[in-house]
Amino acid sequence: MTETTPGSAARFPFFNESTTPAGGEGWESMYPYYLVPSEETTEHENAQFWFADTMHWSRGCHPFDSIGAEAVYLGVGTFSTRIFALPVSLGLDVRVVNGYVYISPLGVEDPARIQERVAIFQERAGYYYANWDELYGKWKTKMEGAIDSLRTIEFPRLTEYDPAEVVMEARGRSSAMAVIENYHRLIDEFFSIWQYHFEFLNLGYGGYITFFQFCKQAFPLISEQSISRMVAGVDVLAFRPDDELRKLAALSHELDLNPIIAGDSGPDAILAALAETTNGRTWLAEFEAAKDPWFNYFAEYGFTHDQETWASDLSIPLQGISRYAVKIANGEDISRPIERLREERDEIVDEYRALLTGDEARQFDELLGLARKVFPYIEEHNIYVEHWSHKVFWEKAWDLARFLVDAGFLDTAGDMFYLNRFELDMALFDVVDSWAIGVPARGKKRWQAEIARRRPIVAALQAASAPPAYGIPPQQVTDPFAVMNYGVTTERVQDWLGASDGATDKLNGIPGSLGIVEGPVRVLRSEKDLPLLQPGEILVAPITAPSWAAAFAVATGVITDIGGMMCHAAIVCREYGIPAVVGTGFATARLTTGQRVRIDGKAGTVVVLEPALETETATEAAPAVR
Amino acid sequence: MYIHEFSDPGCQDVREVGGKAAGLAQMTAAGLPVAPGFAITAAAYRSYLQTDGLQEFTRGVLDALGSGRDQTAFDDADRTISERLTGVPLPEAIANAIRAAYAKLCVDTGVDNIAVAVRSSATAEDSVGASFAGEFETWVDIVGADAVLEYVHKCYVSVFAGRVLSYLAEKEIDPHAIEMAVVIQKTVRARAAGVMFTLSPTSGDRSKIVMEASWGLGLSVVGGEVTPDRFVVDKVGLGIADRTLGNKIIEYRRGDAPVEVPAERRELLCLQDDEVVALATLGKKLERMHQAPQDIEFAVDEELPAGSNLILLQCRPETVWSNAVRKPAFDAGAGMMSWITGSISGATAVPAHTHDASHRH
Repeated sequence: MTETTPGSAARFPFFNESTTPAGGEGWESMYPYYLVPSEETTEHENAQFWFADTMHWSRGCHPFDSIGAEAVYLGVGTFSTRIFALPVSLGLDVRVVNGYVYISPLGVEDPARIQERVAIFQERAGYYYANWDELYGKWKTKMEGAIDSLRTIEFPRLTEYDPAEVVMEARGRSSAMAVIENYHRLIDEFFSIWQYHFEFLNLGYGGYITFFQFCKQAFPLISEQSISRMVAGVDVLAFRPDDELRKLAALSHELDLNPIIAGDSGPDAILAALAETTNGRTWLAEFEAAKDPWFNYFAEYGFTHDQETWASDLSIPLQGISRYAVKIANGEDISRPIERLREERDEIVDEYRALLTGDEARQFDELLGLARKVFPYIEEHNIYVEHWSHKVFWEKAWDLARFLVDAGFLDTAGDMFYLNRFELDMALFDVVDSWAIGVPARGKKRWQAEIARRRPIVAALQAASAPPAYGIPPQQVTDPFAVMNYGVTTERVQDWLGASDGATDKLNGIPGSLGIVEGPVRVLRSEKDLPLLQPGEILVAPITAPSWAAAFAVATGVITDIGGMMCHAAIVCREYGIPAVVGTGFATARLTTGQRVRIDGKAGTVVVLEPALETETATEAAPAVR
Repeated sequence: MYIHEFSDPGCQDVREVGGKAAGLAQMTAAGLPVAPGFAITAAAYRSYLQTDGLQEFTRGVLDALGSGRDQTAFDDADRTISERLTGVPLPEAIANAIRAAYAKLCVDTGVDNIAVAVRSSATAEDSVGASFAGEFETWVDIVGADAVLEYVHKCYVSVFAGRVLSYLAEKEIDPHAIEMAVVIQKTVRARAAGVMFTLSPTSGDRSKIVMEASWGLGLSVVGGEVTPDRFVVDKVGLGIADRTLGNKIIEYRRGDAPVEVPAERRELLCLQDDEVVALATLGKKLERMHQAPQDIEFAVDEELPAGSNLILLQCRPETVWSNAVRKPAFDAGAGMMSWITGSISGATAVPAHTHDASHRH
């Protein structure tokens, strides 16, 4: 264990010093052993710096849902460590602590090993940069193939006798074998998809960071927003779902359907009412056409089994449409001015370019070209992975859960997610095997008791929020990906360390999107609370996803717990011109709905203008250990 | 031709009116706001020195110095020459031209007996490549034609000041190669004034415009007698990136002596946001005109209405950063893959040019 001498930098608690929220005791037993801190790995864990990945898991995760933490960090690791050999970065180590996912960047320090990795990286990454567009084309094909493959997964129900085709087609094996096989395929495809995710991501960031560093060198005081505005794609896939809502809102206005669509009778009643008129049917046809694939869109990032997509909860897109429709009715122009945005972007680029000459100007051109080449992937890959793939993955997972209910093994489908993927594999085998033998499943009572034990544990974990970090903070956060994607910078880490010193009137974060705004906040812990957001309020959330865009039409500002200037909240806020401060670490814990704050999207600060009504200290962050 | 108004095309002839006046004329021609006024040309100075054998006299005194090149010798020469020059008034033709130009300035600005600044705008034969910035004096708040003539006369005499003679000797410049054009310009009644660089003087960042300003005339800023307010503006997009309140303890309401700034006004920024943006817009325009970063002095005139109260006093090329060799972020000889490798390896690029960015006005 590393000693912290008096006067040296403070550290965060170690994992073995963490406090489990009341009722959450015993959480360790729910996850695969390697995701849980252990005695065998304590020395390593206590030497590392771990920060909460609330970007992907904003709540404590169910045992089954921890598969995402495995898949994501398997993907990062293989591509960083083994495939492209990033010179100074290995993968991100991962642990689940009190249900929350924590990650830790691992660096390479041995100069000889770095040199070796440089050579491999330049050759391998060079191949990708040189053939980017062609390989990205292939990537889309691979992803579409993986999604299609997921779609073919079925869990045929167990019947008293196997279907006659087994005999007539002389298959020679039971249709029930497909249950186990398809469960494995479901898991394997999910891991594959997360491999593909990282095939391009770090290379994309690498291209972007290089342009970024060029700009920081050429213009030492340039703001991060100015750089990202030069690169920003204006017309990318990421904005399509929201664009669809705007189109449907415009059509609703045109066909005089606003009174129906803005109704609060629920999606079924609204759709039924629309089906009664000619105009309504015209609109419904467009609505149906937009649904697939554009409503296959999680309100967050789709890492938990209980998240809704727009398609599964039509009240989300309908609410967005209705919000836009009201704006149109008020005479507002809600169209995204693509032409104007593009012209603005080009003007900014021209002006900066004009300040450079010679080699600098040539490098600027080359690196801007590189950044623009890689940027579409950075903006678009979520649609394929986190939204389209995850939607099918969870659909199939739920189908499996219903299979277990139909087999009489579980009481309700949701119970399945209290088992981790290995436990589920055992249980499934038990179900199929017991069916084949002709006995009741041997583990039914055992697993139901375990699920009953876990239910209150998960509830307790989810009721608590995650401390932003554990372990020993680095002197400098140098991992460019931690900085770019998660917003974990040296300053942020220092803020987190100082957060228990009682300075509660100010939060520091990453400047996400320009502008200063004052107003009452609305703290939302989940997308299900989105309808509560009132016009003029500042949205406070652990993380926001692009699919929250319609809410941005209502919010006057956005504050998140995690995220860097490249996170989606920042990208989308810049797009919509709303001030945003991301990566504050504590906003959802510190702020209470109704409190007035002033956010400065340029300085990255949130100033609390009036104290919370209740005097409860909202922060559940672990105090720094000094 | 003894007089050029700033708007005369002839006023852009740097050889005849000196750099200061030519700069003001260029700015006027470009529609940039300068305090109204005119230049008295080098021809007037030449013609003065040809009066009563003055030039022969000065040449005689200087030649007599021989190898006696110490400060005492220069000061003696100064005394001898200035005694003689002071006794010889400006020729009638020149004096009349100046009186007429001053009268016209009063009419044009609508101010009787307008207070003006008399500023030396030295020029030199083409063979002399030196700059005389800071060598010659400026007098402000000169009121009435007689006083103007008196200070123009002083300006002529100042060419032979001991301090100047020793400076010229050091540079091996014949004092007779110098010709003194003079700028006569409305004294700016500065509510606030300061200096603007069209790059960041501390980092060399060309995408920023940085201004420092304080209450009253710019003397307090240039002389370092106050900590001015500091504003940083993005050259692209013209957003104000930073405002820092200074410590503005004194101000020059007139050119003579400073007065204390009342406590409540020290706490206020001396420029409004719209003024900062308007000034930055002017700075950007000047930089484009000159195709290089500029060092600009400005004032906000309290006698003039808002919207036309910003006055540019001076504009010259920035020299500290502009002359530094600029290296791109990455080795231009290496390929893009090596740039990317460096970037993702957290090798933070070291600024290619770091030096003390101190500067003089």
